[in-house]
Amino acid sequence: MPAPIRLRELIRTIRTARTQAEEREMIQKECAAIRSSFREEDNTYRCRNVAKLLYMHMLGYPAHFGQLECLKLIASQKFTDKRIGYLGAMLLLDERQDVHLLMTNCIKNDLNHSTQYVQGLALCTLGCMGSSEMCRDLAGEVEKLLKTSNSYLRKKAALCAVHVIRKVPELMEMFLPATKNLLSEKNHGVLHTSVVLLTEMCERSPDMLAHFRKLVPQLVRILKNLIMSGYSPEHDVSGISDPFLQVRILRLLRILGKGDDDSSEAMNDILAQVATNTETSKNVGNAILYETVLTIMDIKSESGLRVLAINILGRFLLNNDKNIRYVALTSLLKTVQTDHNAVQRHRSTIVDCLKDLDVSIKRRAMELSFALVNGNNIRGMMKELLYFLDSCDPEFKADCASGVFLAAEKYAPSKRWHIDTIMRVLTTAGSYVRDDSVPNLIQLITNSVEMHAYTVQRLYKALLDDISQQPLVQVASWCIGEYGDLLISGQCEEEEPIQVTEDEVLDVLEGLLVSNLSSPVTRGYSLTAIMKLSTRFSSVNRIKKVVSIYGSSIDVELQQRAVEYNALFKKYDHMRPALLERMPIMEKTASNGPTEIVQTNGEAEPSVVEPKHPPPVGQPASQGNDLLDLLGGNDVPVIPTTMPTKPASAGGELLDLLGDLSLGLSLMAFYLFDLSKTVNFLSIGIPPMTAYNKNGLKIDFTFERANPNPNVAVITIHASNSTEADMTDFVFQAAVPKTFQLQLLSPSSNVVPALNQGTVTQVIRVLNQQKQQLRMRIKLTYIHKGSAVQDLAEVNNFPPQSWQ
Amino acid sequence: MMRFLLLFSRQGKLRLQKWFTPITEREKKKIIRDMTTLVLARQPRSCNFLQWKDLKIIYKRYASLYFCLAVENQENELLALEVIHRYVELLDKYFGNVCELDIIFNFEKAYFILDEFLMGGEIQETSKQMVNRSIEASDMLQEVRCTGTNAHPDLNHTRSIVISHVVFICLFAGVGILKRLGFWCFTKQ
Repeated sequence: MPAPIRLRELIRTIRTARTQAEEREMIQKECAAIRSSFREEDNTYRCRNVAKLLYMHMLGYPAHFGQLECLKLIASQKFTDKRIGYLGAMLLLDERQDVHLLMTNCIKNDLNHSTQYVQGLALCTLGCMGSSEMCRDLAGEVEKLLKTSNSYLRKKAALCAVHVIRKVPELMEMFLPATKNLLSEKNHGVLHTSVVLLTEMCERSPDMLAHFRKLVPQLVRILKNLIMSGYSPEHDVSGISDPFLQVRILRLLRILGKGDDDSSEAMNDILAQVATNTETSKNVGNAILYETVLTIMDIKSESGLRVLAINILGRFLLNNDKNIRYVALTSLLKTVQTDHNAVQRHRSTIVDCLKDLDVSIKRRAMELSFALVNGNNIRGMMKELLYFLDSCDPEFKADCASGVFLAAEKYAPSKRWHIDTIMRVLTTAGSYVRDDSVPNLIQLITNSVEMHAYTVQRLYKALLDDISQQPLVQVASWCIGEYGDLLISGQCEEEEPIQVTEDEVLDVLEGLLVSNLSSPVTRGYSLTAIMKLSTRFSSVNRIKKVVSIYGSSIDVELQQRAVEYNALFKKYDHMRPALLERMPIMEKTASNGPTEIVQTNGEAEPSVVEPKHPPPVGQPASQGNDLLDLLGGNDVPVIPTTMPTKPASAGGELLDLLGDLSLGLSLMAFYLFDLSKTVNFLSIGIPPMTAYNKNGLKIDFTFERANPNPNVAVITIHASNSTEADMTDFVFQAAVPKTFQLQLLSPSSNVVPALNQGTVTQVIRVLNQQKQQLRMRIKLTYIHKGSAVQDLAEVNNFPPQSWQ
Repeated sequence: MMRFLLLFSRQGKLRLQKWFTPITEREKKKIIRDMTTLVLARQPRSCNFLQWKDLKIIYKRYASLYFCLAVENQENELLALEVIHRYVELLDKYFGNVCELDIIFNFEKAYFILDEFLMGGEIQETSKQMVNRSIEASDMLQEVRCTGTNAHPDLNHTRSIVISHVVFICLFAGVGILKRLGFWCFTKQ
């Protein structure tokens, strides 16, 4: 068998291949030759063959048949063989392979080899890809090598220990004694890897962290020496002595100083020194400054130092180098929560970065700009952000639009401004707006009563221009359906009213129905809008015609709607006005977010405003029935469809719907915040009262007025149990007269612990629009000492302030 | 810690891959594809940092090779640029004015140098001279050539340069052949 070709030749040959097929052919031929050579157990050329195999592996071809050969190479006595063998092992034999464990013995032997370079190879392989079993077996050897005086081996052993700890955290204790005098080494390699080892230990275990805090003075001293020492050729990088070690020490100091006053105090000086003395003309210096700034922001530094850090970041923002600007924006984003005012000072620079050409910088600048928006700068910032929205790449538009909506909702200085901003977003980035913002916008528009005419006019004009952006079209058609009468009558105060006839409006809406640009959802909106106009316009016949045409539409949803509306015209015409009345103001009620409606008239648009998640299955139906039985069914309404849900889970479902869009999350967080505002009670002077006190069970009511609707009284019941046995399966039910509306949220638990050890709380919301005196009937069921107990009571002693 | 280091050419051909965590072959191929697409699509004057999944990607172009390093989120990006530069310097010192062909034909040496500089996703040795000394000493231990690559690449390299230059001079006498010498020099960006 002729000697296998050399690696160099193989590489040269393969590179001459002109097509992929040619290359594949050459490789297959060579693989066959290598395989037969392996079969012959040829020791001389095994090394060469494996090297060739590794080359082919890099080109993307399978090389698994070389795994065992790598093991044989590792076991060989020749250094060349070992070198290639270990390389092959690192490339081909990760811990998912079965033969991985066979390496353990070889590595163990090599860790005790007489030549340090062989030991080094073994440590390197173990430290790069050793599995947990291997680490467990060989940790003892590594620990031994960590204590050796040979600095070449010691530094490798330290990193190997880091890997062992990452794979098997329980073994961390084992390396503790060896760390005793690691920092007194002079050799920078050992110092660096020791700091890495200490960092890893401190990050993983708070005990270790506390233990190593005493090293802070030593670390400070080492850092000081590095800065103050003169030129050292061995470690110098552009005039700075060993920047890698400096950064690593700064990182360890950050971890040690976090949350600890004494350590932070000890580092203040050195941090100030590094921050002021480091040369910033090259990237190296800036890297160290960056790390210093991160450290200063994380520990309990004094305020002067913090200001220094923010100013450094401000300087970074003005740097010509893009990388440094990017890094500055990223760090400012991290610090904006804690040092908001300081970051505000750099707002204009940050906003300028929005115009940068670089994509990464634009993204960071956008996120930071949204974080900086507050009540004072909203107008200016919004102008910039809208300009950005106009001109940015599509990948940013969705996030930017959501951010604008969020900021506008939080800080809008006036309703008109708010509506204008929304219009601007819809017209410029309409197709990128997220789907869930359509219902939010509709709710917003409904709530700004005085702006209805203005809004519908502007939306109508926008529709005339462009019907391709679906969210805009949907919102516009909904508004026209609702407020079409205002549009016709030309009532707009805010701007010049336009003259529109009913036919023109219907033309536009019908145009949406037939246009190819409209999505099925949009068509649904426009059909319903047309239908609603039948009570607001006088040209009912035209509407009837349109509706009946769509009764045979191919789109099932459209067909169903048309058929139902047709039925409305034919059989239920007397109900039509009531059904298609103007929508009431929608409350942002606690449990289901903005789409939960406390309605007093019929729904005309269930498809638009129904809650996005299916109503939770509960026992409300049975509750309702019980109460009907209980109270004779005459003067008590069925508890309305508002189902009790836990606020947290409602938020959770909404969160699921939006996936992991971070801005969507913050939108939901905003609603949950609204929720917590209403659920967290501040008593406004209404005294609590005892509603029921019998057989050891006492129920107290505490009151609050709900924001923003003063007609809603929020009552929390507190149930406590003074007997010796717990009351389990505790259920509280309430009923109110017809003029009120009641909503019962979930109880905190259904076990009332004995001997007043705890209370069960539950929230009741009562809508009292007619301001009548509040009366309530309550029903209690629970199991006490093995027997079921049921009781009814009437609560009449509500304090007058609760319903006035 | 660092997660992986990739070297690839302007055409997207992989020249070196170092993984610091266990990943399946399929995952590796996917990551390589993603990285090459992302990095090669970047504008020439843009910033050297990217966000990809939960990792930061730092890339730098040296002549015809892209060096692409992925680090975890708490790492210092500016320092990562220095790490890449240090590796390039080490290669340059070892091969003498290194170029892509050196790394293609001596890929195992590139790995050996990397393994003396980085280990387990962390920096092992911060001194250039120490790394060079270790590599030279290891090379000395290598027995008679077995892989078909010389244990003294500098010798080989200069020999090949001299030969090729003689060839060029003979073939292209009179044409500005001195320009050719620039071809072998490694230009940093």
